[in-house]
Amino acid sequence: MEYFTQQLINGLTLGAIYGMIAIGYTMVYGIIGMINFAHGEIFMIGAFISIIAFLLLGTLGVTWVPLALLIVLLVAMVLTPIYGWALERVAYRPLRGSPRLAALITAIGMSIFLQNYVQLLQGARVKPLQPVISGGFEFMRTENFSVVLSYLQILIIVLTVILMAVFTLLINRTSMGRAQRACEQDLGMASLVGVNVDRTISFTFVVGATLASFAGLVFLLNYGVIDFYIGFLAGIKAFTAAVLGGIGSLPGAMLGGILIGLIEAFWSAYFTVEYKDVAAYSILVLVLIFRPTGLLGKPDIEKV
Amino acid sequence: MSAGTPLLGVEHLTMRFGGLLAIDDVSFEAADKKITAIIGPNGAGKTTVFNCLTGFYQPTIGRLTLHHPKGDFLLERIEGYRIAKDAGVARTFQNIRLFPRMTVLENLVLAQHNVLMRASRYTFAGLLGMKVYRDAEAKAVELARYWLDKVALTEQADWEAGNLPYGDQRRLEIARAMCIEPTILCLDEPAAGLNPRESAVLNELLLFIRDEHEIGLLLVEHDMSVVMGISDHIVVLDYGRKIADGTPDEVRRDPAVIRAYLGEEDDEELPPEVARDLDELR
Amino acid sequence: MAGETSADHTPIDAQELFKEAGATALVVFALCFSLVGFKTEDVPGGLDIITRFDDVLVATALAFIGRAALVLLRQGYPLPVLATALPVTILLIVLHFSDAVFSTDTAAVLKRFLPFGAPVIDWLVTILAAVFAIRAAIARQRAGSTMTTEEREKAMDRIGARVQRAARILGPLILGFAIILPFLPMADRRILDIAILVVTYIMLGWGLNIVVGLAGLLDLGYVAFYAVGAYSYALLAQHYDLGFWVCLPFAGLMAATAGIILGFPVLRLRGDYLAIVTLGFGEMIRIILLNWYEFTKGPDGLSGIPRPTFFGLPFTRSPPEGVETFHSFFNLAYSPTDRIIFLYYVILVMALATNLFTLRIRKLPVGRAWEALREDEIACRSLGINPRNTKLTAFSIGAMFGGFGGSFFATRQGFISPESFTFIESAVILAIVVLGGMGSQIGVVFAAILLIGLPEIFRELHQYRMLAFGAAMVLIMVWRPQGLLAHREPTLHLPERPPDAPRVAGAAK
Repeated sequence: MEYFTQQLINGLTLGAIYGMIAIGYTMVYGIIGMINFAHGEIFMIGAFISIIAFLLLGTLGVTWVPLALLIVLLVAMVLTPIYGWALERVAYRPLRGSPRLAALITAIGMSIFLQNYVQLLQGARVKPLQPVISGGFEFMRTENFSVVLSYLQILIIVLTVILMAVFTLLINRTSMGRAQRACEQDLGMASLVGVNVDRTISFTFVVGATLASFAGLVFLLNYGVIDFYIGFLAGIKAFTAAVLGGIGSLPGAMLGGILIGLIEAFWSAYFTVEYKDVAAYSILVLVLIFRPTGLLGKPDIEKV
Repeated sequence: MSAGTPLLGVEHLTMRFGGLLAIDDVSFEAADKKITAIIGPNGAGKTTVFNCLTGFYQPTIGRLTLHHPKGDFLLERIEGYRIAKDAGVARTFQNIRLFPRMTVLENLVLAQHNVLMRASRYTFAGLLGMKVYRDAEAKAVELARYWLDKVALTEQADWEAGNLPYGDQRRLEIARAMCIEPTILCLDEPAAGLNPRESAVLNELLLFIRDEHEIGLLLVEHDMSVVMGISDHIVVLDYGRKIADGTPDEVRRDPAVIRAYLGEEDDEELPPEVARDLDELR
Repeated sequence: MAGETSADHTPIDAQELFKEAGATALVVFALCFSLVGFKTEDVPGGLDIITRFDDVLVATALAFIGRAALVLLRQGYPLPVLATALPVTILLIVLHFSDAVFSTDTAAVLKRFLPFGAPVIDWLVTILAAVFAIRAAIARQRAGSTMTTEEREKAMDRIGARVQRAARILGPLILGFAIILPFLPMADRRILDIAILVVTYIMLGWGLNIVVGLAGLLDLGYVAFYAVGAYSYALLAQHYDLGFWVCLPFAGLMAATAGIILGFPVLRLRGDYLAIVTLGFGEMIRIILLNWYEFTKGPDGLSGIPRPTFFGLPFTRSPPEGVETFHSFFNLAYSPTDRIIFLYYVILVMALATNLFTLRIRKLPVGRAWEALREDEIACRSLGINPRNTKLTAFSIGAMFGGFGGSFFATRQGFISPESFTFIESAVILAIVVLGGMGSQIGVVFAAILLIGLPEIFRELHQYRMLAFGAAMVLIMVWRPQGLLAHREPTLHLPERPPDAPRVAGAAK
């Protein structure tokens, strides 16, 4: 039971990361129907910008943790979306309306490019960061095991909830959010009634990248090490989460993220750590074969 | 009811998309060697009937029987591509679906895929360049040539299909469907987007197919002028239900049909005779 | 600016020019500021940070100049662009090749004037300047008007067609060169190794071309079949003591079977989902190879994989008692390059077989059905073509060639481990196919030489290789999605009407 609770906590933390990235996939898919394969790299860039910001603050002498965290959060969430915006502008906009496969190949190309761009600029070595927040609550103590809910995990979950609330307000209450939802329903129609489609799509990428950069920061804090390759695996798992939740559905993405996080945590705990990635891939394949609309997705009727 | 031997029987066809009832208990028959038309205002469920018949949708309820010389086929039970391959149901599409970057000739030869596959002994004889295959290919090309002549596209045989003018693409699609040597040819709005001259050529082609190739034709049309002229039998749908069924003359006089079309706003779609009838009613 | 701008031109819209160029520069600055401006450096005990703001400024300035040039071209002023880009190009090229012209000392001094430290960046700038010069020259020739997309499409298709026509002559020439390559004086061990590598990728590219180019199925896990082939051969050879030639067909068969098993459940998925799922399969196979220690020796890999023999004659210097070797049988002095040359011919023959097979099958009903499926699956179903089986054949045949390639890789290396079969490998092969023009056989050859051969020859390019792959994939898709040399030849033509044409069956009943 203690062990189970611990895995639940770990799984939820992990799920928050996947869910945040998955929202980016699902939003882009919802609006232009393409798999933004390079989205995982945006997450990775977010993690790198975060680590650079932490190091800079360290050299500048900002050591009060809440302030440092706030600054890093702001820096990452401002600088990373520029990459998301540029990605769409340079690589995807010229291909709008071309076959899905062309767009996907571009996305893969962009993913490879960004990975190597970061590798060349920042080096291929693993980048460690000293733990920023340590300690936590211990409870359900038994003689040889106790559940730890670290302060970091609490912070991650609280921040995720806040961010999700802001994001929901943004999509549901603002005019940009309304335009976004309109474009999701019907791009052509939205442009006919005067929605600026280009701007809305850019907005989608920026929002997706903002959330991904948050996930990058969380990943950095939680694991303490990053390298240029983290975006690949996290990206695929987040995509799996988006598909599991029903691609195009925003609550679905978060739900899928949490499920994938939990599955991964429990799989590693009760089965084999080595095959945890295989578990994620298997879920992807199984969902796509047996329920391509995911848990919360809308059915897709084939147009003849 | 239609005269002649029945070719296709549709019984109690019902199709539901989520909460939407697209077709509600429709039954009709199409006769062999006759042209049967399904008409109705926009959104009446015509194309959905077609997609059920040709295996693109799985009907919610209903039995679709094709009386083939080799025996009866229950179309709702067989896999999509087998409906064309085994039962010989050929179809065209409302928004033409050619292979745009392949040539006109290739489009026609592709329709004979299953024959050629068998002749190539599932590729093995073909790879070795054996005579069985070469002969079969020559024969396939000749059949393609025959249809190219019929639709007057022989000159354009090596064009990419996507580069043909619109009207030619429509005729090519019909020729391609005929190349599978079907038992029934289903045409989804074949006259859409054609000018009157092209429409007349099309009518001639359809009559030729009925009379010379002696197969049944089933067409969905929304332009009644095409239908009235050439159909032997008309089924009228409205809001997913069958409201009339009979010869063109019977249908024209049917009050339910008139009412259905009265409800539709654009009167210009109506053939002059119907418009005249409507005026009398008013 | 140049005074030659004629009167009928609208004056340069300077405001637009500065606005666009400034905006681009701003974006580039914002992009570079974080990741270029600061670098995390490993120091004992953690990370340190160093700044590189000079690079950020250079990138920003280049972006400004480049965008300004584009705007000028669009506004119909090629002359100033030409006047700037051409001298810059010439100057940079002179500087690059200064060692050839001047004495070493002068050259060393001159080379310091190359704007950047890294030679690759210098070359990149040179190439960009040259591209601008050429574009400006073309624009000037065409009286200022740039080509429309359609015109460019047509022009590119003509080039593609011309290359394919030329391939009929060029093909045998390249083949002839490939055959005599080992006996040319320049062919040392290194060149031969590179040649083997390039031909291996050509073969893999041709194999994947069946799946991606012809059938239009984006397979991102092609390396899985490569791995299956390699491990099948290695394990068969080690457990049953079989030779390369006996195992080769088995390895191909195993890979094809893997293709069928993996393909059967997923091939009905839509294109982009299929791509991601194949990627997942590729990674799954790698993870299994990594962790199934008893069977695959995990990360340690399999070593001591037997080398291929020449009709049973091994290429060893001192064979075990009673075994005749290649050099003793032919009374030759032992030379270690013999084995390399032999390997080279083995892969050449395998690649040619792949090519021949593809060219042939394209003209058969299956091949045509593959292309038709790529064009329109729904139309295929309406013609009675079984989409799943047709895709499955493409998938498994492609897999089979991947398997052949894999067993060659195993026998050439003598050692395999899961590290050789990462997603990057799939991406490289895909890049070759995409760049060459999906479905174009000669395009794959050029792309493989460009993407594999060049970075191998110029080692300093090596670290930029994947960066260039990614960029190339994006640029090609944006510029010409069918691929650079894509041009489709019809698979059959209408023969001249025979004089006494017999009426065909079905013509009239």
